[in-house]
Amino acid sequence: MTWFTADRLRLLVPALSLAVLLAAVFWVQPRAMSYTGLNLLFNLAVPIALATIAQMLIMTVNDLDLSMGTFVSFVACVTATFLQSNPVVGVLILVGCVGVYVVLGMVIYLRNLPSIVVTLGMSFVWGGLAVLLLPAPGGVAPDWIRAVMVSKPPLVPMAIIASVLIAAVAHWIVIRSAFGVVIRGVGGNERSVTRAGWSVLRARAAAYALAAVFAVLAGMCLVGLTTSADANIALRYTLLSIAGVILGGGEFVGGRVSPIGAVIGALTLTLAASFLSFLKISPDWQIGAQGAILIIVLALRLVLNRREGGAGK
Amino acid sequence: MTSLRTLFAKPWIWSFLAAAGVWLVTIVFTGGASAAGLSQAALTFAAFSIIVGIGQMFVITLGPGNVDLSIPATMTLAGTVALKIMDSSNGLILMGLLVTLLIGLAIGIINYALIKLLRIPPIIATLSSSFIIQSAAISYNRGLRIKPPSALAEFTTATTLGIPNLAYLALAVSVAAWVALEKGIYGRWVSAVGQNMRAARMAGVPVDGVRAATYLLCAVLAALAGLLLSCFSGGAALNMGAEYLLTSIAVVVIGGTAVAGGFANVPGIWGASLFLFLVVSMLNTYGAAAGIRLLLTGTIIIAVIIAASRRPRT
Repeated sequence: MTWFTADRLRLLVPALSLAVLLAAVFWVQPRAMSYTGLNLLFNLAVPIALATIAQMLIMTVNDLDLSMGTFVSFVACVTATFLQSNPVVGVLILVGCVGVYVVLGMVIYLRNLPSIVVTLGMSFVWGGLAVLLLPAPGGVAPDWIRAVMVSKPPLVPMAIIASVLIAAVAHWIVIRSAFGVVIRGVGGNERSVTRAGWSVLRARAAAYALAAVFAVLAGMCLVGLTTSADANIALRYTLLSIAGVILGGGEFVGGRVSPIGAVIGALTLTLAASFLSFLKISPDWQIGAQGAILIIVLALRLVLNRREGGAGK
Repeated sequence: MTSLRTLFAKPWIWSFLAAAGVWLVTIVFTGGASAAGLSQAALTFAAFSIIVGIGQMFVITLGPGNVDLSIPATMTLAGTVALKIMDSSNGLILMGLLVTLLIGLAIGIINYALIKLLRIPPIIATLSSSFIIQSAAISYNRGLRIKPPSALAEFTTATTLGIPNLAYLALAVSVAAWVALEKGIYGRWVSAVGQNMRAARMAGVPVDGVRAATYLLCAVLAALAGLLLSCFSGGAALNMGAEYLLTSIAVVVIGGTAVAGGFANVPGIWGASLFLFLVVSMLNTYGAAAGIRLLLTGTIIIAVIIAASRRPRT
């Protein structure tokens, strides 16, 4: 029975929701049950999963990044322009972005600023930079990114391999490594982390840096899939990434997060959109139905959590 | 000197200073020619941010995690439905106002039901409901542009004694909010819940009632702002509320209300709303490109936040 720890029960609801939704998709559209079908279903989930992990890292230290969508859009613009035509400059810009995140993480802590407002301001900055870089949709994806994203490994589609890989790496960093324990500690009890001799400032800076790295990867993957970029390409990612973390069993405060859950949450959100288009719901109600699915999944979590609360604790 | 110091200790002073500074810079650039016009435009457009901002302020004051993301969708739905019901006829204005009120109340009830009964975090609850509300608005009115009743259109665009009518309306809402917050039991309760929900409950504050009333109030104010905005701009549009998602949060926080909840500030919302509008119009005056404008707006917001933060960690 020790296998059923609280953390694993936490994963049960997101995993079940994903399975049910996947079954529903297969039932409505049996042709999706193939290599190509699965790849198409989950292709766009890869950048969303990366952005969700990035958001999760910020949420681990009790902050929230409202600039995620504009940042990923900006990275996509850089990838489709500089990284393609002048890789050295492109890499320098992206490294600079990670540096900006480090500074943000430190300033927010040192000046005791609300992360919501600072990242709100940053969303204008990234949005402005993206518009300056690509006033009209355009650019070309670098060939090597394109090659990775459209590659067809045997047996299992690329999208699935990538998702599993993202979940595994994030799980190792956040749950298994010493660094992960420290940043979750910062979210849970900042003072105890300080007393234990760790620098909260450094931990937060590192969490922001890592988040930026994941967000940069999200932008690059997105361009690999879409082949070109646009300043508004990923604006939805801000809300999608927050919803993904929560769907996956994460919480806004307390450093309680689940990387595997977050990836599952991102997959669920992507799948929900595909499911609705398969159902041929009127386009007017597409967004509304997504909202409804979100509510249903979270209601399900409540029911199961009650059961968990009654059985254990 | 001491009075000056107490003035500078007020959390809202920074937003007013910033707004005044930007106003001055713009006026100097245009050679003073546009002072009256700029001030009027600023008051008009700030009025919308103030009305939704006050609703958002009460919600944010409820404590960490409380925020209403359904404001834009509520504005859109109220604007489209009310205009269709009023059908450009002055006789149906009262009906339109009633429908606006009912839409606000219904959305507030749905939001709080999701938060309370399904225990969904407010950010996600209001986000999900906003998707549904947005869909309702889309399916109710597919791009139809109905003109607002002439009386309402006139009221929202006219000025009295040189000051836009909308600014008076925003002032009335603000005074009511200020009285409720500083003098009334409701505001005390909201702050108490935001500071410590458990302590408030033990002290006999009807926590659930206060939270429900706050989400209702926020939705009603958003619906009202939606109606006014659609009358002001001569018709409802499906994306008309979009910019108020960030604006409503930004004015609250730049205005000196605590993001962690428990401490609200009405005057600051005025300063912040004027400031945000003036920054954009200043950059327009300079003829800045869209990208530069966004970039500078963001930089200025962050600079003001850093300047206004008075509690650096030791």
